[in-house]
Amino acid sequence: MTKIADIQAIDPFEAALGVSDVKGRSPWEDAWHRLLKNRAAVYSAFIMAFIILLVVFGPMLISWESDFTDWDYTSTPPSFASGHWFGTDSVGRDILVRTLEGGRISLMVGLVATIVSLLIGVSYGAIAGYFGGVADRVMMRVVDIIYALPFMFFVILLMVVFGRHIVLIFVAIGAINWLDMARIVRGQTLSLKNAEFIVAAKACGVGDWDIIRRHIIPNLLGLVMVYVTLIIPQVILIESFLSFLGLGVQEPMSSWGALVADGAQDMESAPWTLIVPSVFLTVTLYCFNFIGDGLRDALDPKDRL
Amino acid sequence: MDAPAPLLEVKDLDVGFDTPEGEVHAVNRLNFSIKPGETLALVGESGSGKTQTAMAILGLLAENGHMRGQALFKGQDLLKMTTPELNRYRGSEIAMIFQDPMTSLNPYLRIGKQMVEVVMHHQGRAKADARTRAVEMLRAVRIPDPERCFRQYPHEFSGGMRQRVMVAMGLLCAPDLLIADEPTAALDVTVQVQITHLMSELRKRSNTAIILITHDLGVVAGLCDRVMVMYAGEAVECGSVEQVYYDPKHPYTQGLLDSVPRLDRPEDTDLVAIAGNPPNLLALPEGCKFRDRCPRAFEACREKPPMQLTEDRHAYRCFLGDPK
Amino acid sequence: MARHSLQRLLGLIPTLLMLITVAFLLMRVAPGGPFDSDKLLPPDIEANLNAKYHLDESLPQQYFRYLGQVAVLDFGPSIQYKDWTVRELIAQGIPVSSTIGLAAMLLAFVLGTTLGITAALKQNTRADYLLMGVGMLGISIPNFVIAPILILLLAVYAGWLPAGGWDWGIASMVLPVVTLSLPVTAYIARLTRASMIEVMHSNFIRSARAKGLPESLIIRRHALRPALLPVISFLGPATAAMISGSVVIERIFSIPGLGSYFVQGALNRDYTLVMGVVIFYGVAIIVLNFLVDLVYAWLNPRVRYDQNR
Repeated sequence: MTKIADIQAIDPFEAALGVSDVKGRSPWEDAWHRLLKNRAAVYSAFIMAFIILLVVFGPMLISWESDFTDWDYTSTPPSFASGHWFGTDSVGRDILVRTLEGGRISLMVGLVATIVSLLIGVSYGAIAGYFGGVADRVMMRVVDIIYALPFMFFVILLMVVFGRHIVLIFVAIGAINWLDMARIVRGQTLSLKNAEFIVAAKACGVGDWDIIRRHIIPNLLGLVMVYVTLIIPQVILIESFLSFLGLGVQEPMSSWGALVADGAQDMESAPWTLIVPSVFLTVTLYCFNFIGDGLRDALDPKDRL
Repeated sequence: MDAPAPLLEVKDLDVGFDTPEGEVHAVNRLNFSIKPGETLALVGESGSGKTQTAMAILGLLAENGHMRGQALFKGQDLLKMTTPELNRYRGSEIAMIFQDPMTSLNPYLRIGKQMVEVVMHHQGRAKADARTRAVEMLRAVRIPDPERCFRQYPHEFSGGMRQRVMVAMGLLCAPDLLIADEPTAALDVTVQVQITHLMSELRKRSNTAIILITHDLGVVAGLCDRVMVMYAGEAVECGSVEQVYYDPKHPYTQGLLDSVPRLDRPEDTDLVAIAGNPPNLLALPEGCKFRDRCPRAFEACREKPPMQLTEDRHAYRCFLGDPK
Repeated sequence: MARHSLQRLLGLIPTLLMLITVAFLLMRVAPGGPFDSDKLLPPDIEANLNAKYHLDESLPQQYFRYLGQVAVLDFGPSIQYKDWTVRELIAQGIPVSSTIGLAAMLLAFVLGTTLGITAALKQNTRADYLLMGVGMLGISIPNFVIAPILILLLAVYAGWLPAGGWDWGIASMVLPVVTLSLPVTAYIARLTRASMIEVMHSNFIRSARAKGLPESLIIRRHALRPALLPVISFLGPATAAMISGSVVIERIFSIPGLGSYFVQGALNRDYTLVMGVVIFYGVAIIVLNFLVDLVYAWLNPRVRYDQNR
């Protein structure tokens, strides 16, 4: 009932403003339509889904174990005859299985570390933005200070000092990446808090919880989603960077970065050992970047030109 | 009275925009002309096509826009010109002042530089010479301490001051035609009055013709010779200020006038809003575009009414008052 | 402007202190002291060693001593390279690393902005899509993937360039510099394109067009500076990205720069070396960020003037 009254109340204003024929589409629907029109993002999403399925179920379907050394076929090029479709490394391990299992680690790091950074970033940013004032200033000053530090090197330092635990990798990488998220969430919370439609909702007697549920969360959600898709590839990249240098996951565990490093060792005699994991890693990062980009464009039409 | 040749004559101007939803018809078959030194007001709601008319004349339509028709400026068709050809007119013979003074000046360049470049480019004058001219114009728009203003950046000024700068910049090359797109809309009321006075004063001094785009009927009354009322991309009424204000022929014009408070009517006269919304520019109705909102619409309005012209050059597009 | 710079300069102090403090604390909480070896040392020798390296003092004493040492860039002896101090090792690596870094940064800036502006001016044409697609690829391919592939193609197969090593010759610089600059170039290109498109749609560009200025002048005088401002402020993070990129690039190409020492140190648990390099990198990033900030303020009249009033 209130809706009809609202519309009638708005009508003369619209007339005065000359707004014509407003179509009833929610911003989310709008965003969804824009996203579907972004072909790069849609293809990327499909490819990404395929890679995830492959990484999760692939190793179960392939008869080779990732640590099985096939002495008959060391450093064999890709072939169907040998059963090693993507070849083997210098000790006869199947590259495809190793790459898929390495992908599990890489994607898992991407997921877990992103969640860590999401939890820290959102709560930090929301608290700073919501309370504002001195608390905000102090908290953001801290972020500024940390921001200027070479964090990648602190992660390496942590690895050196505490040894290389996979959990430490998750936490350390997550702990680097929360800064951006905190800044963004804080900025958005701050502007939402003072936004006219929130003030208007308050003035109309809408309760705090309803304001948070109906206005704040939906307006934060889009932004957070965009940054999550952009943080995931960053995190995967950092992990593979560490693993490439030999400072990340350790044998027998493997990740794409470690496999690329192994491949780079043997690339002259067995280039496929370099190329297969490189392609998986690059395609994954490429797809995530396109999805993130597409989401940002879809959810934030201001930047869309 | 023998009429001098028109300075600008717009014939059958169509402006459209391609959008994902279809073609938006912003201006439809628009005809008007303006004589040297004359002031013409284009009046209408937002979306009535007045700004896009000006943009089309200067070749400044957005990338998805296109236009048809003619705009003869001193006999030359502006719509047929390439950008380099148009650039000879833009800023020198035809100047434009935009709606939003806060964003229309380049925030990264000193005001002086932005003014001097116009004079130097169009008149090939030396820098010092151009500077003298710029300071002179800043003084003419009554900016205090023009020498200092010359060295300052736009953000150091208020909206009203910036619009003065825009006016000064527009008049630098003594153009024959000045197009002012809602020059006062973004300003405080008191500042609006100042800018309006400034423009009417400058108009009297130079022989510049002005096309004033506005939805503010009060500004029109103080400044203009003739008024053209636009609705949904069409001219619905055109005449002298007296004709349009005191003897509006088109129901839309009447509606517009009834919706603003006026001092020349009894205090208890009700203000009446025009019911309904302007038509969707994606799918314009056949016949009279105002039909759906018109309190006096009748069967004949399903056909497009022709422009009627009274003997004292008062034109309107409506069957009412049709001699037949 | 001067006051702005001074304020910024003072703002660096907490960051520097934080950097050094974190480094110091990490050093102290590391399991096993830095001078532990596999063999158990006799107690009196250990006490002597501790005294020599001031490990017998209280934590605050040690902290202030460390601060004093860092102030003169004295990071102590390297654990791995017994005859060298960390300062000497860093001093050795700097010329090589900074040459690669500066060359890569210059390349990324010039190439990135040129490509970005080109794409923006040809917005939504095939050339634009191609440039941006390739740009995204440039962002997505990690340094350590593209480097071995380029080595394989251009050095191993084609034999045009050396596969690694460093002799201060141009040939030995090409591959490291190109691979290091690639992601940053791609990012700058995308950034420039986006901001150039935004600027070209702004009202003041419309005003400039209405003034009848030729398009080339509009781009040069009116659009370029605002379009490049976001790129300038990206140069700070770009520096950090390049420094971490250089670590892996130097390793792949066996270049005797800071990054190589750093990785060697990290793999061999050479605490003092790693710590020294981290602090040095931190200081370098902070100082370069400060310089970028000054350039930004100098280019943007709003910052330049508002701070003075």
